[in-house]
Amino acid sequence: MTKTDTTTPPSPVGESVPRLDVLEKVTGAAIYTDDIPFGPGLLYARIKRSPHPHAVIKGIDVSKAEQLPGVKVVVTGDDFPKRIGLYLVDKHIFARERVRFIGEPVAAVAAVTEDIAEKALDLIEIDYEPLEAVFDPVYGASKDAPLIHPDLGEYEVPNFIFPQPGTNIANHFKVRRGDVENAWKDCAKIVTAEFYIPHVQHVPIEPHVAVAKFDDDGTVTLWAASQSPFAQRNLIAQSLGISQSDMRVIAPFVGGGFGCKAGVTMEALPVAIASKVKGRPVKLLLTREEEFYTNFVRQALVIKLKMGCDAEGNLVALHNTMYWDGGASTEYGVNITRAGGYNSTGPYIFQNVHTDSLCVYTNHPIGGAYRGFGMSELHTGIEQCIDMLAEEIGMDKVEFRLKNCVKTDDIILTGMTMHPTGLSECIQKVAKAIDWGQKKKPSSPNKLRGKGLALMWKAPSMPPNAGSSAEVKFNEDGTITVGVGGQEIGQGTFTAMAQMVAGVMGVPYDWVRVRGPLDTRYSPYEWQTVASRLTWSMGNAVVAAASDARKQLLDVAADHWEENPDDLDIKSGKIISYVSEREMSVKEVGVYGLPNENFEGWKGGPIVGRGNFMPTYVTNLDFETGQGERAVVHYTTGAQAFEIEIDKETGKIEVINAASAFDIGKAINPELVKAQIEGGIVQGLSSAILEQMILKDGAMQNPSFVDYRIASAVDIPFNHHIDIVEVPQDDGPWGARGIGEHPMVPSAAALANAIYDATGLRLEGPPFSSEKIYLAMLDAGMVE
Amino acid sequence: MTVHTITVNINGEDELVEVPGHWTLLQMLRYRMGLTGTKNGCAGGECGACTVMLNGAPVNSCMVLGVECDEAEIITVEGLSQDGQLDPVQDAIIEAGGVQCGFCTPGVLISARALLDRTPNPTEAEIQDALVGNLCRCTGYVRIIEGIKQAAKLQKT
Repeated sequence: MTKTDTTTPPSPVGESVPRLDVLEKVTGAAIYTDDIPFGPGLLYARIKRSPHPHAVIKGIDVSKAEQLPGVKVVVTGDDFPKRIGLYLVDKHIFARERVRFIGEPVAAVAAVTEDIAEKALDLIEIDYEPLEAVFDPVYGASKDAPLIHPDLGEYEVPNFIFPQPGTNIANHFKVRRGDVENAWKDCAKIVTAEFYIPHVQHVPIEPHVAVAKFDDDGTVTLWAASQSPFAQRNLIAQSLGISQSDMRVIAPFVGGGFGCKAGVTMEALPVAIASKVKGRPVKLLLTREEEFYTNFVRQALVIKLKMGCDAEGNLVALHNTMYWDGGASTEYGVNITRAGGYNSTGPYIFQNVHTDSLCVYTNHPIGGAYRGFGMSELHTGIEQCIDMLAEEIGMDKVEFRLKNCVKTDDIILTGMTMHPTGLSECIQKVAKAIDWGQKKKPSSPNKLRGKGLALMWKAPSMPPNAGSSAEVKFNEDGTITVGVGGQEIGQGTFTAMAQMVAGVMGVPYDWVRVRGPLDTRYSPYEWQTVASRLTWSMGNAVVAAASDARKQLLDVAADHWEENPDDLDIKSGKIISYVSEREMSVKEVGVYGLPNENFEGWKGGPIVGRGNFMPTYVTNLDFETGQGERAVVHYTTGAQAFEIEIDKETGKIEVINAASAFDIGKAINPELVKAQIEGGIVQGLSSAILEQMILKDGAMQNPSFVDYRIASAVDIPFNHHIDIVEVPQDDGPWGARGIGEHPMVPSAAALANAIYDATGLRLEGPPFSSEKIYLAMLDAGMVE
Repeated sequence: MTVHTITVNINGEDELVEVPGHWTLLQMLRYRMGLTGTKNGCAGGECGACTVMLNGAPVNSCMVLGVECDEAEIITVEGLSQDGQLDPVQDAIIEAGGVQCGFCTPGVLISARALLDRTPNPTEAEIQDALVGNLCRCTGYVRIIEGIKQAAKLQKT
């Protein structure tokens, strides 16, 4: 385990120091992928996409497109026979034989201008024979549904994903704990409910963009807006059959990720095209319309719940069936399904659990990772059911949650023992902040007022051995450059890493630099910037590297002074001896070493600290029961509450007050943590009130910012009370856990519970638009 | 495709620019002038990432043709600071923590500058209105709004 007790004050760890990257970002100097110039040799790619949700490709004629002046190459699926995929290897870069969703790449053109490339697309002739399509995951999972992947049994798959060949089920994750069927008789109250959480899109303000170039020496370079340069290097190199060392990914600042720039998304397209025009860089910049439905989406969920408790209000049994609308192929979807399964109780303890979490192929866009990784969708179901059951048994909803929520040392649904957690404290804090139990009158007779609360838990969902590495190097002036492979996507990770290095090394924060672009040729390995894992995992690697560099510094100084390194320390950039009271600046030692007396030789040399971290304790889960010793590394837990008013004449929700509390172990930079929580709750409310990809026969009806609204500055005037709870993580740097995704996980659920409190109505699912609420009130006879 | 030669003042400098007739101001700034601080988020006038000041008013530069800017005065994010001195809106948004991924930031700063030029003491509602065309997915706007409030105070002192 890494040591974080070496910090000596004044340490910036736990302080809200300013971000490292702000000057670049406010002056326009920060470089994003689309800002990099590639010179006059640059080719522009455009993609010919499927207009059908499901069809056989009978023939493709590219001859006319190839003849258009300015067109350099036209490619189709025939050029790229190998499959690609993050977990289940189930798709082609360009469709082969059949298309499976509207927007699927079928062919592509690279030309000297974008206009020519666009014109050439119209000259590509494709003959399709439409097939029956599947748009409903429940139907898709049934025996009656047409098969979308008849070859499912032949696909490569890792040992923790369980596809069901001969069906549309790409993964079936089960939890079987206790005896649910017999447990219902022990229940005093049972509730059942079904919810539908629709598709939403990530909507980073920076669209996806990637540039690829093949050089004659066999190297391939990809410049991309990327959360995952190393994962992209690995998957693309494998798909091309080249060495990872010949595949280079350069990833500058990312203009918002939220999961959509993780794994390999559209980057494989320019790489494939560039392989046919060696020596020329090929750029693909998605239009905003393409951004909406050709990229990975947050897959929809149908969740069917049955939940029971005894007469004292102790939760007894849960039956949870989830149908995830995985889309045309599964990328992250199969693992979201797995995460949905092994977290399927939400942060509650049931002795009897029966969960089936199914990832179902449909002819919808492909499901990918989205902030929360299935947890927002799952909790939107679970937390409403908890509310309903509390009401049935006649208990206060906060009291019911405090009684049943997961606590330190509880055995959770997978059989894992819960580590120390401050969830109960989070509940109490939000309840207090929102004046739980005090019912206020609406501000006008035309309004209804209510409060709602929801809890959450989320673990990093990742392979058991996802690793991090880091290096700490000195510059001639004594400043320190930290090498990391995790990406700055807005969350502030470069800043947090610099704080940790300064904290371990005893140097001022402003001596430390963490800068992009990430470059797989030079940056230390990092699995991916996903799963809210960097503060914890990359942080551990950075702490180890800084500790290593610190030790090297102290060894040189001790040698020089002929003292014991254990008697030395570093404070405010000075190496000091507690024995001799001598001191010197680390700047004197960092690069040039120290001269011996009378300059008879030297000692030391450029200091390079190195460190890594990989969790070694995660175990696999049994296929039939979902049981295992330790399913995940840890859980960040929390609670959120809203007080709202609903306008009876319009159905519009106004959030009056909000409260959030999360147990993140340790806030390395409290203001950055609060900024994550503020941004997350607004993204959560935006998805809960405004957002839905309207899919009709597989075609998105609203692929623009006008028709797919996200929260804007006028949508957010509410008071938001934030509490940070710090129950330390045993293997986190200073005890830290992640907070990137969590703030939006409980938002839709808490809002749904507030809507119920105000109106007595439970809707099928978000978005809780004014129209939907008004119509529901009309149906219920509450308004005329 | 006709290429036009126009005279335009960009960030205080008179420039002679050759621009194809169908290019937007956004394309002209990014591809001809190397001013990549102005971002392309949607190319459809919907997200505000490409906001610049055109003769003192904030516009989506993706919705203006380059040739329309003959004899015009344009300020981009690169022109907000003077001789290394940040504009109060830049200082204040840093101080308030209103920057995350940074992709909407240039457009936000221009909208904020334009607001404070016409309304030195804006109300919160006026700030929200001024930002309604600048979408941000990271911050939830809280610290952006706070920053603009602080900028209004800063520039008075």
